[in-house]
Amino acid sequence: MARYILRRIVYMVITLFIIASVTFFLMKMLPGSPLKAEDKLTEEQKQLVLESYGLNDPVPVQYVRYLGNLLKGDLGISYNFDNTPVSDILIDRLGPSMQLGLYAVLVGTFFGIILGLIAAIFHNGFWDYTSTIIAVLGTSIPSFVFAGLLQYIFAVELGWFPVALWGEPKHMILPIIALAIGPMATAARFVRTEMIEVKGSNYIITAKAKGLSNLERVWKHGFRNALIPLVTVMGPMMINLMTGSMVIEKIFAIPGIGEQFVTSVVVNDYPTIMGTTLIYAFGFILILLVIDLLYGLIDPRIRVTGGGK
Amino acid sequence: MDQKNVNNLPKELFKPLVRKEDTSEKISRPSRTFGQNARRTLFKNIPAMISLVVLILIIIMSIIGPFMNKYGSNDQNLDHAKMPPRVPGLEKVSWLGFDGTLSDELTGATVEQATQKAYMRFNNEEDYIDIKVISDGDGSPNSAEIKATYHIYKAKGLEDTYYWLGTDQLGRDQWTRLWEGTRVSLIIAFVAALLDLVIGVAYGGISGYYGGRVDNVMQRIIEILSGIPSLVVILLMMLILKPGMTSIIIALVITGWTGMARIVRGEVLKLKSQEFVLAAKTLGTSDGKIIRKHLIPNISGIIIVNTMFTIPSAVFFEAFLSFIGLGIAPPKASLGSLIDIGFDNMQIYPYMLVFPAALLSIIMIAFNILGDGLRDAFDPKMHK
Repeated sequence: MARYILRRIVYMVITLFIIASVTFFLMKMLPGSPLKAEDKLTEEQKQLVLESYGLNDPVPVQYVRYLGNLLKGDLGISYNFDNTPVSDILIDRLGPSMQLGLYAVLVGTFFGIILGLIAAIFHNGFWDYTSTIIAVLGTSIPSFVFAGLLQYIFAVELGWFPVALWGEPKHMILPIIALAIGPMATAARFVRTEMIEVKGSNYIITAKAKGLSNLERVWKHGFRNALIPLVTVMGPMMINLMTGSMVIEKIFAIPGIGEQFVTSVVVNDYPTIMGTTLIYAFGFILILLVIDLLYGLIDPRIRVTGGGK
Repeated sequence: MDQKNVNNLPKELFKPLVRKEDTSEKISRPSRTFGQNARRTLFKNIPAMISLVVLILIIIMSIIGPFMNKYGSNDQNLDHAKMPPRVPGLEKVSWLGFDGTLSDELTGATVEQATQKAYMRFNNEEDYIDIKVISDGDGSPNSAEIKATYHIYKAKGLEDTYYWLGTDQLGRDQWTRLWEGTRVSLIIAFVAALLDLVIGVAYGGISGYYGGRVDNVMQRIIEILSGIPSLVVILLMMLILKPGMTSIIIALVITGWTGMARIVRGEVLKLKSQEFVLAAKTLGTSDGKIIRKHLIPNISGIIIVNTMFTIPSAVFFEAFLSFIGLGIAPPKASLGSLIDIGFDNMQIYPYMLVFPAALLSIIMIAFNILGDGLRDAFDPKMHK
């Protein structure tokens, strides 16, 4: 197990290194510089500005310096906000993003599991079809369409919530719902299929023969075994969530990482774009690693060994 | 006596036994090929068939829709900016929202105050604003409530003009833009899915069939590529490429083909040790022909199903990119960019958001249901 973890971490570092390098060289290929066209600067002043950002050095020198700084957690200085280090900007914005994502995952999986269970218990009944329809809608309709719908109904028409504001817990309700519908649908679909499969297995028939009630069978025997594979869909689910959070943050004006990325793209703030990309990449890879390890820990049938994958 | 008779039965009583045909081994059901079975299962799946019809209609509309009225997708007319939807015939039915009016509920301390607010909201065109009092109010703030309906087509002297789905902030016809946007979105999705399919099948087929060192190297490449989150790659690609259809397709394909390649490789690995492949090899068939003629047809079901799920995810990613401002550049429209504009005008002109958002949702739902139906159709367990 320890060897497996170590190997995965080494892989993770290599992937991150590749992403960091690719990001750096792609950014070098881009047109544009920290100098804005409207700043009327003399040639010497321009040189001074470029010098201060270290943009006059040859690209390999810049690359090595960039990687060195990265190890120290220094992501460079933003072109846009007067000389603020990118890491400072992003740290401030990490909180709202993580809060939103975490709540959305919790709310989504919780209601998804309930919906899936209901569907499985009333297999082929009215509730099964209802929850299947909800699941199809939830997986198909993009989260930003949901966000628009919620915003229009609850903020514009009914006026229960502010349209786009961040700070109080009340402001988080609409974004969380909009973001949680995707994970909810995925979880509901998955739990339903798993439960129906588990229902036909021998140990459930044994439990029935013992005289356990339907509810007891579902709860004590079926549910737990159906939940283990749910961890496998958590990975793709989290990645979808991060994609979704980018638009949700834009729509609800949440001061998070995604919103920062969208703004930075508009103003060509390359260091911030690079920093955000790296944080996203790091988040993705870390989540996948944690889920992989979690899967090995939860299910004793899966022996994670060095040659396993 | 009787006993004796049994032994001496007359010969005439004996009849030769007519042997009945043995039916136990007979196949009672008509013999169908796998493809026929799959088609039958699919045709019996009502939601999938409805989705298919809806998708075909949408595809047809995306081709002919823009030509159904006289407006071009980039005909700007600032005098006609932000006109609400108005459809001939349907305009009489006010609750449908196609009557060419803008309406809003406003509050004030008194009815007059609220009415003043309504006039200010709708360009002071007092003659063309209907005021309906909902509550008279008692003088306290926001106690009076009125519903103001602004007949904008009349106010602008455009009684004979019909914008079926209204116009956007530059006075461009939304109907035309909606279908042109759908066309752009669908072309991106289909081309991206097709390229994923071609690259993925070729790569996976070669990797799985040759195995050994070739497979090893090719799989390491895929592992590295899929270790990098696709969202990050797509965003970076969109930053360095010029915004437009080709860039979106490239960005989607760069990350998208690995999934298909993995699936095809796995299936080829399963199939290549089977007898029919050995037979083909013995007969001297070339490797390329074995892959094309023997292996690929046997895994076509999985390939089709996987492609069907690639299309909606490509539609989604295109909309997502255009929505965050990295996709289709104006003046071209796509569903994502229309939704983006719709969000900016949602509070007063909700129709600008409703139609593209609804169409995008319908496309996504239909593709997903059809994909589910195809998956069932190609699953031998589901054949009846």
